[in-house]
Amino acid sequence: MTTITYDETLDARGLMCPMPLVKARQALKGMQVDQVLRIIATDKGSNKDFQGWARTAKDIELLSQSEEMEADKKLFLHFVRKVK
Amino acid sequence: MTDLMTEKRLDTQSLLDRIETLETRLAEVEDQIPSDRVTIVVFSGELDRVLASLVIGTGALAMGLEVSYFFTFWGITTLKDNKTLGGKTLFEKMMTLMTPAGTKGMGVSRMNFFGIGAQMLRSMMVENNVESVESMFQMVKDMGATMYSCTMSQDVMGIETTELIDGTIDAGAATMIADAIDSKFTLFI
Repeated sequence: MTTITYDETLDARGLMCPMPLVKARQALKGMQVDQVLRIIATDKGSNKDFQGWARTAKDIELLSQSEEMEADKKLFLHFVRKVK
Repeated sequence: MTDLMTEKRLDTQSLLDRIETLETRLAEVEDQIPSDRVTIVVFSGELDRVLASLVIGTGALAMGLEVSYFFTFWGITTLKDNKTLGGKTLFEKMMTLMTPAGTKGMGVSRMNFFGIGAQMLRSMMVENNVESVESMFQMVKDMGATMYSCTMSQDVMGIETTELIDGTIDAGAATMIADAIDSKFTLFI
């Protein structure tokens, strides 16, 4: 598996829909074009949500998604690149 | 030889004409493409339904879409931040007293049991770390959603503009329809 380099991390653990998206948008606002934001979420709907966002928006690109286990909790990782 | 030249020139001219026609038609079509906008009509004044409208609105705003909220009838309750009785008719006063100001006093659309259901839903949302309806409403405003209030409903129900939050725009059906036509999708909740 290739590792993705990222510039900033958003801890969205415990946040429910639509907050991971809202916080990610806020975080991206303060970032430069081409920088990558890593989002750590626990909301199991976030996988589909970030895909939907990337499909609709012209200003972001979803580079990759993966899952990790933290204790008994599943973490959903999203890597989003700011396109413009 | 000359014949061939004339023929070519004619060909180029007809092509240019054709391009011009196509450009005009393309501009017309582009005019009709909806913006990256979502229109949400909030007719209901119940906590659960208003919550649904706010979740979709914040989601859309986070995705970079513009959002137009059109509050009408019971939905206008969402926009109220105070109750005024002065200068109202008896029915209008009754209406004012029997409807909440803002989302705080709203019941749920099912199993409300005089507000116990609403309290239950609120505590379940806190337990599950879901944003409160009030903070989500603040969020859609902060993220730049346009808030329209239906003036016809306001008149019928005796709601004064001074009872609504700042930034509310008085509007009617044509405003909603114009925004809906310019939207990718429109919801009626």
